[in-house]
Amino acid sequence: MSEQQHWLERPRTNYWLWRGGFALLALTVLADLLYEPHPYFLVDGIFGFHAAYGFLACVAMVLFAKLLGLILKRDDAYYDEAQER
Amino acid sequence: MPLPPGLILILGAVVVAALHGRARQVAALGFPLLTLWAVWLVPDGAVLRLDFLDYTLTPLEGGRLSRLFATIFAIMAFSGNLFALNQPNRVEMPAAFVYSGGAVGVCFAGDLITVFVFWEIMAVASTVVLWAAGSENAYRASMRYVLMHLFGGMLFMAGLVGYVAETGSVDFVAMRPESPPTWLILAGFLVNAGAPPFSAWLPDAYPEGSYSGTVFLSAFTTKTAVYVLLRGFPGAEVLIPIGLYMIFYGIVYALLENDMRRILAYSICNQVGFMVVGVGLGSEMAVNGAAAHAFTHIIYKALLLMSAGSVLLMTGGRRKCTDLGGLFKSMPYTAAMGIIGAMAISSFPLTSGFISKSMISQGAADAHLAFVWFALAAASAGVFLHAGIKFPWFVFFQRDSGLRPPEPPLNMKLAMGFFAVLCIGLGVWPEPLYAILPYPVDYVPYTVSHVVTMLQLLLFSGLAFFLLLPLMQRTLTITLDTDWFYRGLSKWAARALSSRIKASYEQVWSGFEAGVDRLIAGLFRHHGPHGILARTWPTGSMVLWAAALLAASMMIYYFR
Repeated sequence: MSEQQHWLERPRTNYWLWRGGFALLALTVLADLLYEPHPYFLVDGIFGFHAAYGFLACVAMVLFAKLLGLILKRDDAYYDEAQER
Repeated sequence: MPLPPGLILILGAVVVAALHGRARQVAALGFPLLTLWAVWLVPDGAVLRLDFLDYTLTPLEGGRLSRLFATIFAIMAFSGNLFALNQPNRVEMPAAFVYSGGAVGVCFAGDLITVFVFWEIMAVASTVVLWAAGSENAYRASMRYVLMHLFGGMLFMAGLVGYVAETGSVDFVAMRPESPPTWLILAGFLVNAGAPPFSAWLPDAYPEGSYSGTVFLSAFTTKTAVYVLLRGFPGAEVLIPIGLYMIFYGIVYALLENDMRRILAYSICNQVGFMVVGVGLGSEMAVNGAAAHAFTHIIYKALLLMSAGSVLLMTGGRRKCTDLGGLFKSMPYTAAMGIIGAMAISSFPLTSGFISKSMISQGAADAHLAFVWFALAAASAGVFLHAGIKFPWFVFFQRDSGLRPPEPPLNMKLAMGFFAVLCIGLGVWPEPLYAILPYPVDYVPYTVSHVVTMLQLLLFSGLAFFLLLPLMQRTLTITLDTDWFYRGLSKWAARALSSRIKASYEQVWSGFEAGVDRLIAGLFRHHGPHGILARTWPTGSMVLWAAALLAASMMIYYFR
């Protein structure tokens, strides 16, 4: 390829992005120690609650969407065909 | 007396339609600025009163909420026009002028009849904006769109008539949805907000607009609906479940979607859902939150759609995630603008979404509604998932599509830059926005716990995205929605019916033809050259017709 590989595409950058990402995740959880929790509803005061909740909520939403897609997904020319006939 | 700000834009449409070249560009940017100036000249309370039939209309009435929404609508008209300056279609911008003028008009309407008039002006003008995209798909979508909005307008009108009969007043004041007329008015408002079961009109129509038209469309209709809900139905509890439905509907459908602008359209439903929940909560905190979120949302959603519109324009109309990817290399500026919009919609700290959306959650916490609060927290993570990462990732990164489109023209870059500055500016310095909210603000967004918990929600949502990436790969599909009932089912029914009707029509027609043939044959037999009646034909028929005419003239004379 005549074009030089973009620095964001180098395997080394990718490696450090994942490393940095995980370090950041760990830091945000540890940051829970920085303040006195004032939970609105008890459980949201648990150490790392928002991290776990955000992760699990997203997994649940993706799986639900996947399930719904099995029923409701159609080829993207679905309505075009309906118009032609 | 101050000028009605909405009329400035509506009259400006005529000027812009007539002008060409540089003068047109000056007018395109000047009228929205003039409007913004006029908005801030309208004092509180009724300014203009008109007698209409038995009612007193208040076409111009100032207030904090009116000023807030009219301000952002004028800013949006300015930036949208800047983005659309080199749109070759000459109909779109004048239509957008009328459309934004209608939205500003609704904001300053002191009575329901004026609201209705501007409401319908918006419906027609937005249809023209959509239709101006010029494609067959856009035309079809615009027809479905206008039918849906006329239906919503009809619900509103029916409710309005009942409401006036019940109360004897047309004043637009806070109502409770406790009688059929108020239910109808609420339903009419909710159709425009994109609420179930009519959410589907929004992702059906908006992605079919032109690269610049969709930017206008995203801003006015749904946010005007939020405005009238805030003014008409604050604290209506039924809005809480409706809003929550919209939030999760938007997330789930956006996760399944392949068209980049339809992803963003679903996310409008999602974001308006947050505002609808805020209206339903109804406390000062929640109402402030919903109003502030409408303000910030218009900016970052327009920014996202501008970056998507730039991609659409510069790639020659590519809009599917499966066709895009790797565009950050040749469009780094557009990618950066899209990412700022994506951060703001995800309400990252230091962006505008953070300082507005969190007030709605705070409203739920203050009201001790645990279910609502947890749902909103999950949804905040979900926003990052479906719009915050998904949009920039599939458009600008993922695998390299090999496309190397250049950056868009300067005016489009400036429009994006302006809104990106506002996204970050309001996030860093929210006080100017807080100062113009409907109620005094007693809220500090930047506390350690709030920043940390939000970052946890968002970053772990990001982790879920990249871990589940194999499940998120885009496919060339659409997802059926409630619009199937009028796009799929009705077509199927029409086709089934039409074949039956055709068959019976042919049967009736052939029977009719045979009857006519028999009649002609009979006439020929009796009146033809060899028929028995032909012998007395000239005098006989003359006497008959003279008698008929005489009878007719006598009848006419008698009845006069």
